[in-house]
Amino acid sequence: MIRGASSGIKAIRDVSGSATSSIPRLEWKVATVVAVRDETRRARTLVLDVPEWPGHLAGQHVDVRLVAEDGYEAQRSYSIASAPGSAHVELTVERIENAEVSPYLCDVLQPGDGVEVRGPIGGYFVRRPDDRSPLFLVGGGSGVVPLMSMLRQHASSGSATSVRLLYSARSHDDVIYKNELNAIVAAGRARVELALTREWPSDWKGFRRRIDRAMLEEVAPPASDGGRAYICGPTPLVESVANLLVEIGYDAASVRTERFGPTA
Amino acid sequence: MSDRPFIARGFHARRPTGNAARIPPGQYETRDFPVLSAGPTPRTPLDRWDFTITGSNGQTIRWSWDELSALPREQPTVDIHCVTKWSKLDTKWGGVSVDTLLGLARERAVTETGFVVAFSDGGYTTNVPTADVTGGKAWIALEYDGAALAAEHGGPARLLIPHLYFWKSAKWVRGLRLTERNEPGFWEQLGYHDRGDPWREQRYQGDP
Repeated sequence: MIRGASSGIKAIRDVSGSATSSIPRLEWKVATVVAVRDETRRARTLVLDVPEWPGHLAGQHVDVRLVAEDGYEAQRSYSIASAPGSAHVELTVERIENAEVSPYLCDVLQPGDGVEVRGPIGGYFVRRPDDRSPLFLVGGGSGVVPLMSMLRQHASSGSATSVRLLYSARSHDDVIYKNELNAIVAAGRARVELALTREWPSDWKGFRRRIDRAMLEEVAPPASDGGRAYICGPTPLVESVANLLVEIGYDAASVRTERFGPTA
Repeated sequence: MSDRPFIARGFHARRPTGNAARIPPGQYETRDFPVLSAGPTPRTPLDRWDFTITGSNGQTIRWSWDELSALPREQPTVDIHCVTKWSKLDTKWGGVSVDTLLGLARERAVTETGFVVAFSDGGYTTNVPTADVTGGKAWIALEYDGAALAAEHGGPARLLIPHLYFWKSAKWVRGLRLTERNEPGFWEQLGYHDRGDPWREQRYQGDP
């Protein structure tokens, strides 16, 4: 149960009392697209103005619903990329070719359009703003999105907590939020390590392989620091990294995971 | 509030073909088998693994791995629906019916009640009304697609309640606690629905 998170508290909704208590339904709301931003060739950020947004916790997601004129409906879940307390809710969507929803969100939706959302949702893969434990974020591909919300929350706070991000992407062009990550590093707010798995610039100084045990031993804060790890990405990456962190001494309860393939 | 849905401008999705009648509202069909869980995959050696059912009277029945594996198995082919929106059709499982286990528990004076909490390695729990795991509707699955159930899909054993959202089908299940009252489990305490019927779209607390 998450308590005490300022505006995010409504999001979690205390259901510890009676299971039959009348919890209000999470209603669908028509958000307005304020802006769109291309992050990479395949990923676009939607900046949304959501009426009566109750606030969220870093790591939560929303459901998006698209209804066609004939009543046909499609829903998907997308992680929130913006920090809690931001003026707008930002979703970063990876375009999957020939899919049903992501090409619409990436290619058709324009500023001024409405889109239905409901949320925020999810109370486990979250980082509370008052949590000062060392933070280790591991992302693969668009799995970096909910981690970015956590990183942004930290970057804009005065917290001196140690924060590290290990981010695996296919190539340098596939790295989402590249400029902002550089700025966060330059400001000394976090350590960021990129692992490029397929292509890299000839002068690339970062990792040139998939995340493995040696890389985690080099980058992960020592388990004895009492930190918490959040891992988000495709299943093989999440499965492998979570197991390796336990092998190198992390308590399983301190490792939180969110797994997905790209959402069609 | 929003009884009339908002029409998404220019949304003309390819309509799914064929199986549409088997896909609950808001779901889409996938051919993959996505994996979702909240933490690392727990692994308990089979010689230390057991499965217990504890009644509301505290009576307990316990099976070792060999004992549970030796019970009669059924081979259900079922559609499954994850609250994260994917549905997968015609999945083939092998496992022991929960009816069989509860029948054996009754012979040991384990008292059955209105609700069940399934508990798993790693601390996961989920709650269901007893009526949702009896009458041929639920299994302790030990096989998937003709092979031993892989750890990432919940092996060695997972609960299988295909008519409810799949988070109810607890992975790495180690037993059932029969409770007088409904006791919300892991996701249910974090805002997910107590029952989770995909055909009524009971995703989150407060959904109808």
